[in-house]
Amino acid sequence: MPETALLESQDLSCIRNDRALFEHLDFTLESGEMLVVEGPNGCGKTSLLRILTGLRLADSGEVLWRGQPIDRLAGDYYEQVTYVGHHDGVKHELSCLENLRLARAMGVPSERDLDDVLEQVNLYAYGDSEVGSMSAGQKRRLALARLLATDSMIWILDEPFTSLDKSSMAMFTTLFEQHLQRDGIIVATSHHDITLPTLALQRLNLGQPA
Amino acid sequence: MSSRLSLLQAFVFLLRRDLLLAFRNRAEYAMPLLFFVLVITLFPLALGALPELLARIAPGIIWVAALLAAMLSLDSIFRSDFDDGSLEQILLSAHPVAILVLAKVSAHWLVTGLPLLIVAPLLAEMLGMPGQAQATLLLTILIGTPILSMVGAIGVALTVGLRKGGIILSLLVLPLYVPVLIFAASAIENAAMGFEVSAQIYMLLAFLLLSVSLSPWATAAALRMSAS
Repeated sequence: MPETALLESQDLSCIRNDRALFEHLDFTLESGEMLVVEGPNGCGKTSLLRILTGLRLADSGEVLWRGQPIDRLAGDYYEQVTYVGHHDGVKHELSCLENLRLARAMGVPSERDLDDVLEQVNLYAYGDSEVGSMSAGQKRRLALARLLATDSMIWILDEPFTSLDKSSMAMFTTLFEQHLQRDGIIVATSHHDITLPTLALQRLNLGQPA
Repeated sequence: MSSRLSLLQAFVFLLRRDLLLAFRNRAEYAMPLLFFVLVITLFPLALGALPELLARIAPGIIWVAALLAAMLSLDSIFRSDFDDGSLEQILLSAHPVAILVLAKVSAHWLVTGLPLLIVAPLLAEMLGMPGQAQATLLLTILIGTPILSMVGAIGVALTVGLRKGGIILSLLVLPLYVPVLIFAASAIENAAMGFEVSAQIYMLLAFLLLSVSLSPWATAAALRMSAS
């Protein structure tokens, strides 16, 4: 069967405060490909990511998943997506495990054991401690642990490496690569260099704000 | 490949999470209840020892206090989820957002509405409300407070993204609370005078059904707007 483009953006535009952040943006992502969105602050990287999740409506154009507009797919699209945004989206009053259990209940749980997930992001010892008492980097690792706790094809990551140390960055880069090898799709913005040995890396530069 | 949880499981999970969060922040959630008790306790002190007057105005006082206590607690439905990004995760859930909203609002009622039901008999007794009216008071609170949470949720969902949404929230929501106030207070007054109250109770039940069936969808749509 010929592979159709999985995630496709058609003629996307985003206007904020009467200023066009980007216009007529087209790209196509097949399974196993990663898109790194680059550009200076305020050029619309986060807006683009939020449009891809459906949280924000594009001012023109649409996002297609397997040829269908995502706003019409709703839940069927969302069960394929895990989004780690600018906010960690973790509850400070809950423990790491409680947070991950909630993430699983909201999406599609993966077959991994949650203890293994925590071990993988080096938070095993913190399973039952309250997130509020952890450092910013640890919270970020917990937010990214959602990627492993749920079973989704598309990872949309807004500055995933914020407040991570070097070894954690290397660890998550390896995870990204494994996800791509399993035919997943990643869209990420990052000011840090994401260097993957795979060739399936597209770069999109949103350029200078007009 | 594993599949998503059933909708009921997700509903129960989110409800339990919100109850757990409320329990861990119990000081914050005790505030509306404390406010409710304090306002009602202050009335006899301010008006003096006039048992007939107090018994006469008791339904109004209790319901106005319940209304204001509900207003006070509304912001907590979505505020912290909005601030820490959990709301985005809920909106991106594979489940219908309206049902998840219903879970959150139910949890909100359990921690803010239900306690009013428990302390109301004590306060009614303190104000000298006649026995036959007290049963009606409890019934109106049981039916009325979920309406306050449901309608309030729409207002919070619309204003949670604004920096100073508090004033707009009260302007939006209070007019919608007025019918509940009128029918509830009138039911209790009728009961105190020994009249039939079924008309008012049916009216409140109709409001409840209407708000349960419409509010989650309106709230979900408003949350999408606030989050974008």
